[in-house]
Amino acid sequence: MPTIDKTMDAAAVVSRLRNGMTLGIGGWGPRRKPMALVREILRSDLTDLTLVSYGGPEVGMLCAAGKVRKLVFAFVSLDEIPLEPWFRKSREAGAIEVLELDEGMFQWGLKAAAFSVPFLPTRVGLGTDLIELGGLKTVTSPYEDGEVLAAMPALKLDAALIHVHRADRRGNVQALGPDTYYDEWFAKAAAECFVSCEELVDAMEVSYPEDVRANLFERCFVTGVAETPGGAHPTTMPPAYGWDMGWLKKYAAAAKDPGDWSAVAEWTVGASEADYLASVGGHKEVAALPLPVF
Amino acid sequence: MGASLAELCIVACAEAFRTSREIIATGIGPIPRLGAGLAKLTHSPGLMMTDGEAFLVEQPVPLGATGDERPAPAGYLPFSRFFDSAVWTGRRHAMVTPTQIDRFGQTNLSALGGTHAQPKVQMLGARGFPGNGIYHPNSMFIPAHSTRVFVAGEVDRVSSPGYNPARRVQGGNYSGIELRRIVTDLCVMDFGGPDHAIRVISLHSGATFAHVQDATGFELIDAVEGETPLPGEEQLALIARLDPHGIRARVFKDDPPAERSAS
Repeated sequence: MPTIDKTMDAAAVVSRLRNGMTLGIGGWGPRRKPMALVREILRSDLTDLTLVSYGGPEVGMLCAAGKVRKLVFAFVSLDEIPLEPWFRKSREAGAIEVLELDEGMFQWGLKAAAFSVPFLPTRVGLGTDLIELGGLKTVTSPYEDGEVLAAMPALKLDAALIHVHRADRRGNVQALGPDTYYDEWFAKAAAECFVSCEELVDAMEVSYPEDVRANLFERCFVTGVAETPGGAHPTTMPPAYGWDMGWLKKYAAAAKDPGDWSAVAEWTVGASEADYLASVGGHKEVAALPLPVF
Repeated sequence: MGASLAELCIVACAEAFRTSREIIATGIGPIPRLGAGLAKLTHSPGLMMTDGEAFLVEQPVPLGATGDERPAPAGYLPFSRFFDSAVWTGRRHAMVTPTQIDRFGQTNLSALGGTHAQPKVQMLGARGFPGNGIYHPNSMFIPAHSTRVFVAGEVDRVSSPGYNPARRVQGGNYSGIELRRIVTDLCVMDFGGPDHAIRVISLHSGATFAHVQDATGFELIDAVEGETPLPGEEQLALIARLDPHGIRARVFKDDPPAERSAS
């Protein structure tokens, strides 16, 4: 029987991306972000990107590095550090275009893209600045009620980047944490979806069949799979490891002093993923990071 | 030892959460969170709350609780179903601390000054405020009552909708907008005036209506019925249980007492 093998390395994933693309990034704030893939973008010449993200440090980093033309967001936050300083810097310099959304509208836009409809109606956004500032339109119900609703446009993604605990060669994935956020919809809203994983196995049915309910989306939505242990660092990857708040605090402080991305790119990105992991103590140290307490 | 201003505010926040419904209570920040927990443990057992991450708990999680101190989960409410279950069905009451509030109850969490393309100060972003505001009840906790928060005119960016007729599209359904209470370091307010105008309904010990009005950028209605109630013994004991490390003492500078002489 011929087999499907979607494995590739992070560099191969990034080689599939193009300047000007719209990229969806899974996770939520500083939680389960595909940071190894983001670091690989930061090592590349890729530019002029539109990011669609429940934003965490990846947004600040990519903005600071000048990779971003436009950001579609509802917030950008490092949780314990509520405001993402590098993102703020870019915004306050007028360096990036934005489409600011509500968190719920955001997932609604991903769902519209997933279902191939141009928009989905919602009450959310009415009575706020989002509609006018975002250039969004309203739509009138064709039924008797005649209700006027916001028409949340489809957030079509050229590619989605998602980090999970496990994947197999065919693209069967498992995300084990207590929350899967909206990763499923990033995957389905994207023309191509690239998944990085803590652990790559040959066949999920052999290695982890007991956890099959953690299969977040079906493998037909997966284009490529890259093994990147520690690949969510410095964000939290429950139950495997927590965020590295010490790292995030240092990163946040660097927005003020030295305040210059080129001066911090070396330690925040590293020349290679191996270098980066070594600089934060290796995979062992990352795996030992305690889970945050809420 | 007498109660602190923080504890008085927690009780006032708990009162804001009072309900006979089964809805999610979300208190963002220590005082609203303790208020939600106190409401659930005293007068509003139908309230549901999360452990701060993805699970529903029947005992509020004490601030800073780790390991065995954390209650076991009774239900599941991750972000991935938060809009379907809690927000867009109106089954939630959130108490938040926006950066600006105007006389219509519109709030701003997005940005200050400048333009949309280049704000003077970029803040968090609208987060879930637009959806919260149009679908479920909301209250606010403001630890430093001032004209910087309670602004004249409109907020710089409208992140959550209020009762501003000029912002309403004809045919839109605004029936879910329900602003309940604003608890500050000086008073408790509601939206019970004509056209939902903001009224002061109780003053904390030592505060006067004139003082509150001076610290507010728009005109308030004096509907003061008396002093904000001081916490009782049972309430203080529950608050102490929900905040064993005394995080509430760090909310106000020097942790002032609830009973203060007029300034």
